[in-house]
Amino acid sequence: MQTPPGAALPPADDRAGYGRAGSGVTGAGIRPVVALQNVTRRFPGVLASDAVSLGFLPGEVHVLLGENGAGKSTLVAMLSGLQQPDAGQILIDGAAVSLAAPRDALRLGIGTVFQHSMLVPSLSVVDNFTLGGPWWQRPDRKALAARIQAAAAGPGLRVDPFASVASLSLGERQQAEILRALMRGSRCLILDEATAMLTPQEAGALGALMRRLAATGLAVVFITHKLQEALAFGDRITVLRGGRNVGMIAPDVLQARSGAENTAHIVSLMFGEDSRRPDPLSHDLPRPAPPQKGPALLKVAGLSTAGGPQPLRDISFTLHAGEIFGIAGIDGNGQKALAEALAGQIPSTGTLHLGGAEINGGVAARRRAGLSYVTDDRLGEGIVAGFPVATNLVLKEIGQPPFWRRGLVQSATIAAAARALVQAFDIRTPDVTTPAGRLSGGNIQKVLLARELTGQAQVVIFAKPTYGLDLQNITAIRARIREAAGHGKAVLLISTDLDELLELSDRIAVIERGRLSPPYPNDDTARAAITRLISGATGGADV
Amino acid sequence: MLSETFLITLFLGAVMAGMPLLLAGLGEQLSERAGVLNIGLEGMMLAGAWAGFVAAWASGSAGLGFLAGAGAGLVVAAFMALFCVIMALNQIVVGIALVLAVQGLTALLHFVQFSQSYPRLDGMQAWAVPGLSQIPLLGPMLFSHNPVVWLGLALTAAMAFLYRQTNLGIALQAAGDRPAALDALGGNVTRLRVLTVLTTGALAGLGGAFMSVAVAGVFVPFMSHGNGFIAIVLAMLARGRPLWVLGGAFLFGASLSMTTALQVVGVNVPVDVIQMLPFAMVMLVLVLAGRKANLPAALGESFERGAR
Repeated sequence: MQTPPGAALPPADDRAGYGRAGSGVTGAGIRPVVALQNVTRRFPGVLASDAVSLGFLPGEVHVLLGENGAGKSTLVAMLSGLQQPDAGQILIDGAAVSLAAPRDALRLGIGTVFQHSMLVPSLSVVDNFTLGGPWWQRPDRKALAARIQAAAAGPGLRVDPFASVASLSLGERQQAEILRALMRGSRCLILDEATAMLTPQEAGALGALMRRLAATGLAVVFITHKLQEALAFGDRITVLRGGRNVGMIAPDVLQARSGAENTAHIVSLMFGEDSRRPDPLSHDLPRPAPPQKGPALLKVAGLSTAGGPQPLRDISFTLHAGEIFGIAGIDGNGQKALAEALAGQIPSTGTLHLGGAEINGGVAARRRAGLSYVTDDRLGEGIVAGFPVATNLVLKEIGQPPFWRRGLVQSATIAAAARALVQAFDIRTPDVTTPAGRLSGGNIQKVLLARELTGQAQVVIFAKPTYGLDLQNITAIRARIREAAGHGKAVLLISTDLDELLELSDRIAVIERGRLSPPYPNDDTARAAITRLISGATGGADV
Repeated sequence: MLSETFLITLFLGAVMAGMPLLLAGLGEQLSERAGVLNIGLEGMMLAGAWAGFVAAWASGSAGLGFLAGAGAGLVVAAFMALFCVIMALNQIVVGIALVLAVQGLTALLHFVQFSQSYPRLDGMQAWAVPGLSQIPLLGPMLFSHNPVVWLGLALTAAMAFLYRQTNLGIALQAAGDRPAALDALGGNVTRLRVLTVLTTGALAGLGGAFMSVAVAGVFVPFMSHGNGFIAIVLAMLARGRPLWVLGGAFLFGASLSMTTALQVVGVNVPVDVIQMLPFAMVMLVLVLAGRKANLPAALGESFERGAR
């Protein structure tokens, strides 16, 4: 009567972990409450979920760990019925189910606590619990409140049934949402980026709560991009990267090894040593040329910022013509502030010399001086989605000749220039008059590249240039970056993808909490050295 | 000046003029609670006024007129529901378009049927509460009214009960404040919003029919005369409190009927000044209370699952 895990799951793939059935704590015979089988989900130009197979076992805290864009949110959306897979299956108790709407997921016992609270702020807690009940009924608030308090006592939650949700802290709201999911009979509880908005104390309390809930036999799924939380709270860790399940660490392995060993393993899964990804171009092209072949072009000294989520502290480096200088690190360590401070989008202190002359002032002045910036926020600040491709290609030259003369738009000139750029950069668009927002992510990125790489640009900053793109576009974009350096431009490449940095860069430095490490030459020992620097930076070794 | 005649005239006038505002305002409050800003309210009232008059004129029955008015409002609201809720188009643009379309259409239909003439209906019988209506002063003021007035009062109480005491009321508030939360819990935001918009249409249509059948006894093109917009303001100020709609409707009704009441007691004030009163009142109330109006967070926003 016990079903071996293999029966409900895809052909044993060691990476999914079930090839080791029979080993470890999970043991044979425990069937996942919820399992994904080769689940695939595509968006235009992006493979958000690429044949992911996973299983969530009762009594375990299963961490899904990955950087932004790794496909975590897409998995949550599919498990909670907000989106449907293009291919593959979702199994509950071994039977394939269709989750066409959130109510299906709820009915089948999948409760999701989303990153953004799904409580109605203007209602009381008890009214939020009755929400979704039969409409003709009168809520018995007193009885429900008593049930809420009784249910909260078990897992040690503190919920005031009659408080207005608007008056609760984010941590209290989360507790209420967890309790609500439990009271609706969830057997699999998904916590999506649950610690993202909590204080460290609240996050620690949530971790303890997850363990208590798992101890009652619940399958707890904790989605996060924070390595130390994964190690601290998880029984089992699955690492996602580029929409794929790139590896799982089973509970027995996790327990047998030291924190440092686990950290190193996870960092390598999250950021590199990805031998499966075919990358034809990188093998055809020679290794990057030796560094410092050109003269120093950009000198940054003592760059600091104040405010923002992660201020920069005293960053100095020199960029040479024809060089690609890589900046590695876990996302959120000051990458965005660095790019924006250099581009002049946020105020900073310190000095910046480009080709010997000091530059300061705003974005336009720096751009005229030869510094351009390819943002990672393509849709937000990269393009104006409703404007035609042609206008987006000259967006930073509005009002300037030859595209504007005496205040009048020279549409024909713009269109001609745009057509040439579309051709040169292989932008796949029906026409230059097509609104840029309709293009795929990869082609939007090509529009940005075309705009930033033409003209007087001598120094180009790329922020996560291939983030969220599919393989074909990744290859094309990387070729462009390499070509830009080949033409004598100095390139600053900020990326969270270590493979990308190792493939393209001449030198690599690691950014950690707003500080930049000394640059490391990209030779055969670079991977190990950079990985060590990044994992040291996580603090995970202490766990 | 504050004679019995004046007070009775003013009070009854306020009730009669306020009733369309009350019905439309309660309806608007319902859809706003569910997150739909129903700018087409004026059109729904006007459609109800026209259809109610035509039905009452043809059948001789005021009851049939009210029924037809509610039906016509419902039909206009169906367009609103289709375009704004189901197809998720902009609620303000569609609402304005509906108002303009109904204004043109009803004027045209009236012209086709009656050319330049404006036939009148006989007045409706009030339903007096036996005994109580005989009390001097208070009797005629409080206990002798058109059945629709009683319906409006009952509806106010019913709405208050609905919002406070039922699961449906809680679901409505969720649909207006955080539709994604309702959706994630298995509720159907679209269906709920469609139903509220249709109900709003029926109530506004009934209010319009009350204007033409019970108050004026005649249909004149454009006769809703901004009442729909005043009702929107009322609903916004009252937020989730039906009793406030009732109070507001009575207040605006009083300022609308001031002209008649003053003329009855022989005080001559230029009609134009008096007719400005309700609109001056709107601005005054907005200045005094509008700051605190706490509208549903998702008011006017279309809901599409997964869109953030």
